[in-house]
Amino acid sequence: MKLVIGIVRPEKTNDVLEALYRAEVRGLSISRVQGHGGELEPVQTYRGTTVQMALSDKVRFDIAVSDEFVQPTIDALCSGAQTGEVGDGKIFVVPLERAIRIRTGEKDHGAVTPVGA
Amino acid sequence: MPETINTGDTAWTLMAAALVMFMTIGLGVFYAGLVRAKNSLNTFMMCVAALAVVTVSWALIGYSLAFGDGSGFVGNFDYVALKDVGFEPYGEQTVPHVVFFAFQATFCILTAALVSGAVVERMRFLPYLGFIALWSILVYPIMAHWVFGGGFLAENGTLDFAGGVPVEMGSGFTALAAALVVGRRMDYGRRAHLLPHSTPLVLLGAGILWFGWFGFNGGSGIGTNQNGVLAFVNTLLTPAVCLLTWFALDLIRGRKVTAVGAATAIIVGCVGITPAGGFVSPGWAMALGVIVAIPSYLLIVWRPRTRVDETLDVLAAHGISGFVGILFIGFVAQADWNGISDGLLYGESALLGDQALAALVAPLYAFGATFVLLKLMSLAFRLRVTEHEEAIGLDVTQHGEEAYVTGEGAILIEPGEADHRGQEVVAGATA
Repeated sequence: MKLVIGIVRPEKTNDVLEALYRAEVRGLSISRVQGHGGELEPVQTYRGTTVQMALSDKVRFDIAVSDEFVQPTIDALCSGAQTGEVGDGKIFVVPLERAIRIRTGEKDHGAVTPVGA
Repeated sequence: MPETINTGDTAWTLMAAALVMFMTIGLGVFYAGLVRAKNSLNTFMMCVAALAVVTVSWALIGYSLAFGDGSGFVGNFDYVALKDVGFEPYGEQTVPHVVFFAFQATFCILTAALVSGAVVERMRFLPYLGFIALWSILVYPIMAHWVFGGGFLAENGTLDFAGGVPVEMGSGFTALAAALVVGRRMDYGRRAHLLPHSTPLVLLGAGILWFGWFGFNGGSGIGTNQNGVLAFVNTLLTPAVCLLTWFALDLIRGRKVTAVGAATAIIVGCVGITPAGGFVSPGWAMALGVIVAIPSYLLIVWRPRTRVDETLDVLAAHGISGFVGILFIGFVAQADWNGISDGLLYGESALLGDQALAALVAPLYAFGATFVLLKLMSLAFRLRVTEHEEAIGLDVTQHGEEAYVTGEGAILIEPGEADHRGQEVVAGATA
């Protein structure tokens, strides 16, 4: 059981969602985050003030999956989020100690497997 | 001032021009709320740009093509660059000519801004500026000449109080042509139909438009005459009834009254009464509120199921409602109220034919001329942003600004560094 964290470009969010859906990865959360990963920094000008935006907007996916779903999830994140330019994001896979579905009290494998799967 | 000038008429026309000018900003608020956050500034700027571009084109040539004597089809060059547009009134009017010019300018500005609704979220900003500049010379003034400047429809007897022909059918059918030439958004049909990022902005914008419409319709009598004040009152009645009708249609269709629907209804009602305002009784104006709602509602429900990405439904809200309003006059105009002619229900059948002619030629010209104009422009310029820029959003890629800046991580660049960093604007936007 792993927690797959994917940080991607906001404009690729829909593509990632579609790829995950195709890979039959159903349970996920997303959040809007800001970060920096070495990409060029966009410059914006407001009246006379020119500012360099050191943090870019990103979307973070948190996906808890059973072991057999780890690779399909990673593949889906890569295929959906890749543009080939610096700033495409990162994927982190971390071990997951426990998972509990609140509604039923199901644990671990049962909790990360979508209902009906 | 010349002796024929009436100060009351002049005061009201000045005020009305200011009201209509503010409608363009209201339209910007309305449109900005209707699009995704990443495109909201660009969408608003398309309306602001009309204030810049069209005011100049109108002063230089547009006004002359619309109101110069000329032929039945188009005016002439008598008033180019406002030559001879002074204090002596235009025609039989009682306000200074220069005031009438300014009042009419605000109409052309608003109409050009309306068209932007068809191409938001994908059209490049500079080609858009070129398009509205040419459109405000080649399309709008000609249609305005037909009904306001002594052109063939006016000669024929067609009644159009405040611009059902040039403004409403003009913008609506232009929008359809523009949407077809520019093409649909890349994610249209799969993910993006209408994704309003701020519904309160949509309602605020619609409210500003309704407020401004009192000047638009109420001012179109060019004074506080009977037709003008009648149009003012009808501008309260028709949209209110249209709003109520829309509530009912929403309830029938989805069991809930929607806010975006309400904002749309206000505009549809205002558009419907635009051509008819000074010619129909208040009672018929209220009836028009019911009649005008239905075709627009049906088109708004049906259009997103087609492949035509006329994004903000300018055709449904303006083109079709203007069409209905123009024909409506032919049925219920009353000489008792308008002092000019009766419609079919009051014993005169000729007027309906004149109205039908306007309802036929206006859509044909607006659509055809715009289609050709944009097709020619597309040979010389790329009209659309790239798919990548479309994904990032037009605010950042076209203007280098965002509507909702968080401010975290912003580093001030000293003026000396700006040129060097400026290169990264492009790189950063495409990275």
